[in-house]
Amino acid sequence: MTDLRDLYQEVLLDHSKRPRNFGVLEDADHMAVGHNPLCGDKVVVYLRMEGDRIAEIRFQGQGCAVSQASASMMTESVKGKTRAEAEALFERFHELLTGKEPDAAEAPEVGKLTIFAGVRKYPVRVKCATLAWHTLRAALEQKTEAVSTE
Amino acid sequence: MSSAVDPACSPTPPHALDVERVREDFPALRQQVNGKPLVYLDNAATTQKPRPVLEALRRFYEADCSNVHRGVHTLSQRATEAYERARELVRRFLNARSEEEIIFVRGTTEAINLVAHSFGRHRVRVGDEILISAMEHHSNIVPWQILCEETGARLRVAPINDEGELLLEEFERLLTSRTRLVAITHLSNALGTIVPVREVVRLAHERGIPVLLDGAQAVAHLRVDVQELDCDFYAFSGHKLYGPTGIGVLYGKAEWLEAMPPYQGGGDMISSVTFEKTTYNRLPYKFEAGTPHIAGAIGLGAAIEYVTALGLEVIAAHERDLLAYATEAVSGIPGLRLIGTAREKASILSFTLEGVHPHDIGTILDHEGIAIRAGHHCAQPVMERFGVPATARVSFALYNKREEVDALVRALEKVREVFGR
Ligand SMILES: Cc1ncc(COP(=O)(O)O)c(C=O)c1O
Repeated sequence: MTDLRDLYQEVLLDHSKRPRNFGVLEDADHMAVGHNPLCGDKVVVYLRMEGDRIAEIRFQGQGCAVSQASASMMTESVKGKTRAEAEALFERFHELLTGKEPDAAEAPEVGKLTIFAGVRKYPVRVKCATLAWHTLRAALEQKTEAVSTE
Repeated sequence: MSSAVDPACSPTPPHALDVERVREDFPALRQQVNGKPLVYLDNAATTQKPRPVLEALRRFYEADCSNVHRGVHTLSQRATEAYERARELVRRFLNARSEEEIIFVRGTTEAINLVAHSFGRHRVRVGDEILISAMEHHSNIVPWQILCEETGARLRVAPINDEGELLLEEFERLLTSRTRLVAITHLSNALGTIVPVREVVRLAHERGIPVLLDGAQAVAHLRVDVQELDCDFYAFSGHKLYGPTGIGVLYGKAEWLEAMPPYQGGGDMISSVTFEKTTYNRLPYKFEAGTPHIAGAIGLGAAIEYVTALGLEVIAAHERDLLAYATEAVSGIPGLRLIGTAREKASILSFTLEGVHPHDIGTILDHEGIAIRAGHHCAQPVMERFGVPATARVSFALYNKREEVDALVRALEKVREVFGR
């Protein structure tokens, strides 16, 4: 039970049950759809940019607790950040999940996202945690086709 | 759960399966996963392999390894005999008329693709129709879509009701003068529904329409007699029947197989080749181009001998008991919704749990050593029909036991606990 709680922490469960910044962003100027075809998880990310900065971000989606909580917490973490800052954060986040960089969890900008370190022990769930981030990247690049984690 | 039956009150019938005994035959079952004894409940995806199958594979590679139908030397003769003996075992298992009706393929998927390709080329034209059902596995949908795209034929889909049962009247209405083939599952992998295939075949044959049955799930749980069913094609995979992966069977009535063009060209499927003209080999070799999965076929033969010795009726009775026990046990769990509640079901329990995605159920159960499948089960149209993105699926095999169902129920309580439900 203890290491299950490492994955399913209260913060994660809270975000999955009550996702923040959930819904359509009417005046979005960037948008992308992400799928995980293996499990049917889906995330749509909407952005309103002000110059190089993410002024507003919302998401919609359905899927497992990990994918939905990750999307919700991502929106909180990147709002107000520049493209480059958001990209850099995704890099850190990815390192945190794959365990390539044990110090990633220490990086101050990762902040609350450290709770996802528990995913490291469940390699098949890494895709769930990164789906929203891949979709964010696609939205920033204004890719029109759907992204897929496969 | 109140469903636990006092063993004293339920004497074991004379030919009941001795589950502890058969578990000894499956080395993979004797392991711990995440510190807990493995409870393997993902048998619809693939089954574990009994010792006689592992032994047959080892024996072939250690002693008889050679190509078939090609050598005059002793090893090649032994390999050929073992391979053809496996074909005879499959013939008997399905009660086919003749061995020429048994074609070894990679699995159900290849068997269906073979028919779509060869029967399709032979018989399907623009404006024709192929009829499937709403509960097919992707492997009994996509090959027909490809065929339809190539030929200009149309794919029709017979609907199911909220229990997951085929609507026979609707099915019958969809049988028209343009229908060239019916392709339908015998046992649904997503819902556990047993399709009344004899009735399906009767209705189709009344109109002269041939029927392919997808037996991927059925063969391990139901007795199959292709002459009694009178189906025109029957497809299954060895790995879901305690046999190796990479080997499967297409049964086809000889009349059809004779009339159909080959699937692939190559060695073994010809009787003579010149650059001007090639004469195809006789059945079943016409459809077995190239070196087959010899070890796989022999392993499948061993698997068939294994289940036949235990008795298919005995296995079916054991699994019926487990399914009934499990259905009742999980029904008491708050927020649990069964997906697939057909009157005639076998071996499969698909469900959702309110507020918890099936993937999270899968991860938490794995943590308890319990293997289930979470996802769309390669049957996305079924998920859509029931308005769910995915389900959790428990599927039984001959070696599962009631204690494992009890472990499952306890683990599902844990899922609810983690999610605060
Ligand atoms: C009903 C059904 N049809 C077809 C298949 C495909 O079988 P295979 O992947 O062995 O070719 C499966 C396997 O999941 C199945 O359950």
